[in-house]
Amino acid sequence: MTGRRGGRPLVPAYLSTGGVARPSRPQLERLSVLRSTGAPAPTGLPAAQLALLDALDDGSLTVVEAAALLRLPVSAVRVLAGELIDRDLAASRAPIPTADRFDPDLLKRVADGLRALKHPR
Amino acid sequence: MAFAPSSTPGDTATATVDVHLPDTARDLVKILVAGPFGVGKTTLIGSVSEIRPLHTEEPISEASAPLDDLAGVRDKATTTVAVDFGRISLPGGVVLYLFGTPGQERFRALWDDIAYGALGALVLVDSRRIDASFDVLGLVEESGLPYAVAFNAFPDAPRHHTEAQLRAALDLEAGTPMVTCDARDADSSVDALLALVQHLIDRQTPENRGPVTG
Ligand SMILES: Nc1nc2c(ncn2[C@@H]2O[C@H](COP(=O)(O)OP(=O)(O)OP(=O)(O)O)[C@@H](O)[C@H]2O)c(=O)[nH]1
Ligand SMILES: [Mg+2]
Repeated sequence: MTGRRGGRPLVPAYLSTGGVARPSRPQLERLSVLRSTGAPAPTGLPAAQLALLDALDDGSLTVVEAAALLRLPVSAVRVLAGELIDRDLAASRAPIPTADRFDPDLLKRVADGLRALKHPR
Repeated sequence: MAFAPSSTPGDTATATVDVHLPDTARDLVKILVAGPFGVGKTTLIGSVSEIRPLHTEEPISEASAPLDDLAGVRDKATTTVAVDFGRISLPGGVVLYLFGTPGQERFRALWDDIAYGALGALVLVDSRRIDASFDVLGLVEESGLPYAVAFNAFPDAPRHHTEAQLRAALDLEAGTPMVTCDARDADSSVDALLALVQHLIDRQTPENRGPVTG
């Protein structure tokens, strides 16, 4: 084996993602919500991007759910989603809308919801 | 409402499960279910999740391979770890995700990525092998995530430990909730999650900044 300096991975991530190794939307979290914009997919869209877009046809998906469905690592879906967003084929939103980000009642709603699971009315 | 995605050939695991978000989903929050191998993470997630737990295969090569460890690089480059997760839709548009998080030190980069934005962690401890949870407790504490400890009740677990002994053995900070649970039982698992969430509420102060974001 030849030595590899700098710890570069043997299979570069961009091989599976059509040439872009870094998502253009670095803020995509595991629970960021992806949805299709409904714009028609251009011909020649890379197969992996098309697969993600197809998965969004049926409704919104979080990044991690898309990864599970497509059997891809989360890192790959981040890249694919970023490319779809750049093409205006998909859109994303944060897991918690900004307006709710500092909502002190959020935890209480979680607790109430969990209690309701235990004692359904 | 969305229907189940058409399955790709050979895809039986997801063919009948619709993982698309309900239209009412608004606030997506997550809790880590952390612990060593075989402690019951997948079991707990499965007993409370509304979808069959899904998983992603995450490469752990780059983070764990030392830069100069040439001999081991090829093997490590193909190493993946399965991270499973479940989902519970709660009233009021809250969707709670549970991430089963392996607690070994070598998964640190993956850990940090999963922990980002989490409300807190439920640390599962097998009282037959408490020391197996030391790594994960270290990771949780370093990441600054608030947590609760749940002893998973295995039948042959030693019964002579007092709560104080267990706390001392785990070197728990005072105030850290500690409960026992049976991960196979939904109500028991929900109780353990509630112990954590109540702890998170109790920690809230007026200047609280909301969920941890980094
Ligand atoms: N008696 C008892 N058995 C349990 C409990 N929780 C899990 N088990 C059993 O312990 C075994 C391991 O549980 P898993 O849920 O697969 O553990 P895990 O933490 O997901 O393990 P890894 O994914 O390998 O890290 C299974 O056979 C479970 O049925 C519990 O609370 N009580
Ligand atoms: Mg498991």
